[in-house]
Amino acid sequence: MSPTPVSPIFGRFTLEALPIHEPILVVTFAVVALGGIAVLGAITYFRLWGYLWREWFTTVDHKRIGIMYMVLGIIMLLRGFADAIMMRLQQAIAFGGSEGYLPAHHYDQVFSAHGVIMIFFVAMPLVTGLMNFVVPLQIGARDVSFPFLNNFSFWMTVSGAVIVMMSLFVGEFARTGWLAYPPLSGIIYSPDVGVDYYIWALQVAGVGTLLSGINLICTIVKMRAPGMTMMKMPVFTWTSLCTNVLIVAAFPILTAVLSLLALDRYVGTNFFTNDLGGNPMMYVNLIWIWGHPEVYILILPAFGIFSEVVSTFAGKRLFGYTSMVYATVVITILSYLVWLHHFFTMGSGASVNSFFGITTMIISIPTGAKMFNWLFTMYRGRIRFELPMMWTLAFMLTFVIGGMTGVLLAVPPADFVLHNSLFLVAHFHNVIIGGVLFGLFAGIAFWFPKAFGFKLDPFWGKMSFWFWVIGFYFAFMPLYVLGLMGVTRRLRVFDDPSLQIWFVLAGFGAFLIFLGILSFLIQIAVSIRNREKLRDFTGDPWDARTLEWATSSPPPAYNFAFTPIVHDNDAWWDMKKHGYQRPLEGFKPIHMPRNTPAGVFLAGLSMVLAVALIWYVWWLAAISFVALLATAIGHTFNNNRDFHIPAEEVVQTEGERTRLLAGHAGA
Amino acid sequence: MTMTVTTVQDAGVQPVFYVKDEHDHPEGGSTMLGFWIYLMSDCLIFAALFATYGVLGRSFAAGPSPHDLFELPLVALNTSMLLFSSITYGFAMLAMEKGRVGTTQLWLAITGLFGLAFLGIELYEFTHLILEGATPQRSAFLSSFFTLVGTHGLHVTFGLIWLVTLMVQVAQRGLVQTNRRRLMCLSLFWHFLDVIWIGVFTFVYLMGML
Amino acid sequence: MFTKSALRRFRIFALLPLALLLSACNFVVLNPSGHVAAQERDLVVISTILMLIIIIPVMALTILFAWRYRHSNKSARYEPDWEHSTHLELVIWSAPLLIIICLGALTWMGTHLLDPYRAIGPGKSVHPSAGNAVPLDVEVVALDWKWLFIYPQYGVASLNELAAPVDRPINFRITSSSVMNSFYIPALAGQIYAMPGMQTKLHAIINEAGEYQGFSANYSGSGFSGMHFAFHGLDDAGFESWIGTLKASADQLGRGEYTALEQPSENVPVRRYGSVDADLFKAILNRCVTPGKMCMNDMMAIDAKGGLGLAGIPNLMPVSYDQFARSGAVLGPARSYVAAICTPEDSTAAGIAGPVTPALIGTTPILGSGLPLPSFMLNPRSTTSAIDPLPQPSNT
Repeated sequence: MSPTPVSPIFGRFTLEALPIHEPILVVTFAVVALGGIAVLGAITYFRLWGYLWREWFTTVDHKRIGIMYMVLGIIMLLRGFADAIMMRLQQAIAFGGSEGYLPAHHYDQVFSAHGVIMIFFVAMPLVTGLMNFVVPLQIGARDVSFPFLNNFSFWMTVSGAVIVMMSLFVGEFARTGWLAYPPLSGIIYSPDVGVDYYIWALQVAGVGTLLSGINLICTIVKMRAPGMTMMKMPVFTWTSLCTNVLIVAAFPILTAVLSLLALDRYVGTNFFTNDLGGNPMMYVNLIWIWGHPEVYILILPAFGIFSEVVSTFAGKRLFGYTSMVYATVVITILSYLVWLHHFFTMGSGASVNSFFGITTMIISIPTGAKMFNWLFTMYRGRIRFELPMMWTLAFMLTFVIGGMTGVLLAVPPADFVLHNSLFLVAHFHNVIIGGVLFGLFAGIAFWFPKAFGFKLDPFWGKMSFWFWVIGFYFAFMPLYVLGLMGVTRRLRVFDDPSLQIWFVLAGFGAFLIFLGILSFLIQIAVSIRNREKLRDFTGDPWDARTLEWATSSPPPAYNFAFTPIVHDNDAWWDMKKHGYQRPLEGFKPIHMPRNTPAGVFLAGLSMVLAVALIWYVWWLAAISFVALLATAIGHTFNNNRDFHIPAEEVVQTEGERTRLLAGHAGA
Repeated sequence: MTMTVTTVQDAGVQPVFYVKDEHDHPEGGSTMLGFWIYLMSDCLIFAALFATYGVLGRSFAAGPSPHDLFELPLVALNTSMLLFSSITYGFAMLAMEKGRVGTTQLWLAITGLFGLAFLGIELYEFTHLILEGATPQRSAFLSSFFTLVGTHGLHVTFGLIWLVTLMVQVAQRGLVQTNRRRLMCLSLFWHFLDVIWIGVFTFVYLMGML
Repeated sequence: MFTKSALRRFRIFALLPLALLLSACNFVVLNPSGHVAAQERDLVVISTILMLIIIIPVMALTILFAWRYRHSNKSARYEPDWEHSTHLELVIWSAPLLIIICLGALTWMGTHLLDPYRAIGPGKSVHPSAGNAVPLDVEVVALDWKWLFIYPQYGVASLNELAAPVDRPINFRITSSSVMNSFYIPALAGQIYAMPGMQTKLHAIINEAGEYQGFSANYSGSGFSGMHFAFHGLDDAGFESWIGTLKASADQLGRGEYTALEQPSENVPVRRYGSVDADLFKAILNRCVTPGKMCMNDMMAIDAKGGLGLAGIPNLMPVSYDQFARSGAVLGPARSYVAAICTPEDSTAAGIAGPVTPALIGTTPILGSGLPLPSFMLNPRSTTSAIDPLPQPSNT
């Protein structure tokens, strides 16, 4: 007994689910389809399928997986940003009786999808991608602990992203906001496929995230180069370790709470329903026990990036390494004690509210200490204003504002007047854009030459930087103002015409950010075109400090011909200082993991299972589940998992590098 | 990493910056740690379900309470099945240490039978409850009860599938390093489920009946 | 003072020459008309100033250091190995710590003082003379997508319109009929969630006459944008006459009318009710407006005594009415709710009298407590037809 009859073959899918009567979606679909056909056509024309399959899709190389994560994040950024522009446009014109151009049914999906995509499929892949690429290099390892699992995790994230994208054209997405609070997200008030898309996209991607978290923890704990004690790890590795601890400790809660919501929706249990004893507040608590650590999962690696960038471009040791590490650890622990500040207005007592308010404020102490550490790293340095450093400075100036408004929102009575307002929206964009995104851009500019062997074009990088930074201020400062005028979030139409100017300003800011994204894409294209001019032969284009710069750019598949030995927390700086000579002989065969397509298959089957569940196609769900189990078991019978890179190949690779270094010595 | 490291940096002595004599790292050096971390994450799923049961466990929706539904003797029998299976798994591991394939397989099979018995009794209990009308949909208490106990049961089911898979692999390749490692992982998993069950037994059944 | 400080903050914030534009705006959060909101505003401002003590130097130092230690400035000192200073580290940890200690103390006091559940005493009114007034009770129900206000002291109700006399404390009791909303009048006091089956409380007082905006601050579905209302702060005479207009209305709000009102609707105009069922709010809160449905408080009382046992299992009625008239989960049974009973003893008796049947639906429920026999009981198997065939919102 569901709202629409369930067919035994197609489930609840009917042709009605295709949005052929919504022109915006039809046009979007046409554009996406044409773009997709063009890309697929180009791959076919250039006969790249075999290459992509062998070298990329089935790869277990952490560097390639990291790069694929980054590509996924950037593609999804375009989708998430398209949603943002649509919201800004709607809110800028829906005044004085105008309904704008988006009906509620569409607008409510747009803001829900925007939040979900930006957090799960933009920020998370970009952060995970950077960690994947950088961490093993930084600790002098050849790969991660579980290379196959790494590949599987990536494809699970892709499957989640595909499921969300599918909801754009087949059926619809959730109309509940990005955290899907029940009872609104329950079967009674959201009977259609939207929330199911939400649940299964997050469940599938969540498995990937959890496994990648376990993987990176093991990598950092077990695979550090000899001599690299915990207190000699680069700060980015430290923040990655803490982030992955947070992932492992937080994502199971998300899995559990979404499973309970799914049970409510599929079998009619009463966890979060209004009747028969259910309790929706339970959901709000559980989802934020995951949700608040999630914020730190995103920001901690960004803090690590800034630490690496500041000390590199100031040409100076990081000030207060020890306090930086302890600050990170304290933030990690405290991030579990603050979740209730997301719902002070749910009627907890004053003592409970103040407890969580004060724990929240305490987090600002280690964060403040970090800020000072970066500041005093610049002090008495020699600062080169390359692109990564520019992003870092923009971060330092922007993030403190977001931090301040965050602490403000942690004061419960202040939260009573600002909760759910545009002030809140401005606050979290201030920390996520000003912190996470600026950090990611700094990281991309910083490590791009390591990944591809050539630097990014500085002119378009600076264009992107200025458009982003100015665009950010234009887009979100008006929202702070509107929040203080008592304007709440997620509104579709407005009555008060005096508000319009602020929304127009915010819309203009979003347009500037659009130019920033465009410049970023142009930057990549221009850099690829001019790659010979931007080529990095040294492997160390920034005169940097940590181990990843000790190897070539891009690094060989085995990362390091000889495992490095570490004596200092700025290992590469230390090596350079002591006149380190690259070994030129004595190479041995290197033991490496072998590529496997199992991850692609498993993730693909998970996706089919999820889609079958979303559409109630039970036979397909059953088949794909059995297939999933069989593939997983079958994979354990595969004993052909590793191989040796022969010594001759290592000799050849290293020899080429020697020639390159000699040819460009002094250049 | 097995090599020794010279960190002494005497003036004038050039520190060593790379490992000259490196050996292959045996596959799976991180597996036990990784699996342990996975178990801890799984433990958090159970923590969330226990918390849910803690919050909703008294919301009977004017329906039955644990007193009306649970039969402690049956649950005690069930608990003993799982506890026995843990002991027999321990024997399997002892046999594995001694390199006795046949004995290992025998103990694994006994473990599997105990696991099956546990699942059978649990399914009987569930069926009985549902036939009485105490379905997961009847009240929040029953929702959280079925989910908590059912999730544990689901884990045991997957453990059994894994056990059978490993028995096939042991039969194929004997007690090679890979299979030993996998048996160790399953051992952790199996004992972990035992610990969770003791939590369930205490928190849900005993405290529910007291 | 606050407007000025706000302006100063925004010049720093926005880095835009927008002073004129800003002064033309109505910063209701910074310039409220209710005592509670004013104190919350004070906390916002004081906390901001406290934090600026540390934020402004950090920002200034960032710019200063970045400029002074630029690569081209060879006259600045360069100490590439300087990485530690105990004194400095002490400062950078203790400075934020001190600020947070102050802010924490402020938070603890402010949160207890401004707890929305705390009744407003005589001291909280701007005009002390008004301190002894009997508080105005208002029962607030968030519906899809409109607000219902019941004035139990006057026996009247209004939809999407709220009024209160100036300087008289107001005690709000808030619930919701279906999903979560947040009840928020920025000029009056902070917000608090409105949740189904639960009651939240808010105590406030309005100190200046005027018309203010109130709305839901928590997204609740497609009609959310239109879910706002006018809040009138009136003098005593004005309030009496406003109550008079309510009383003059011929519309009545009983359970039946409420059931119709509860249906989802958007951008609903103001409606006034001359009389209200006295127990309506209690029934809404306990989710038992529909006849024959067990009230949540009764259910909780029964649960506290250990439930109704096996006999209580079939005490269910299929959902014959629902705001959305939708059935349950695809793999579960049809939705049902617990039927009302007289006393636990009755139910036990009934349970013994009839054999316990396993099926959930279609068994004869235990009789209601003097309520009329629900229509479906006349035809116990008609579980599907009992569902009101309302038009479904489009699924595309």
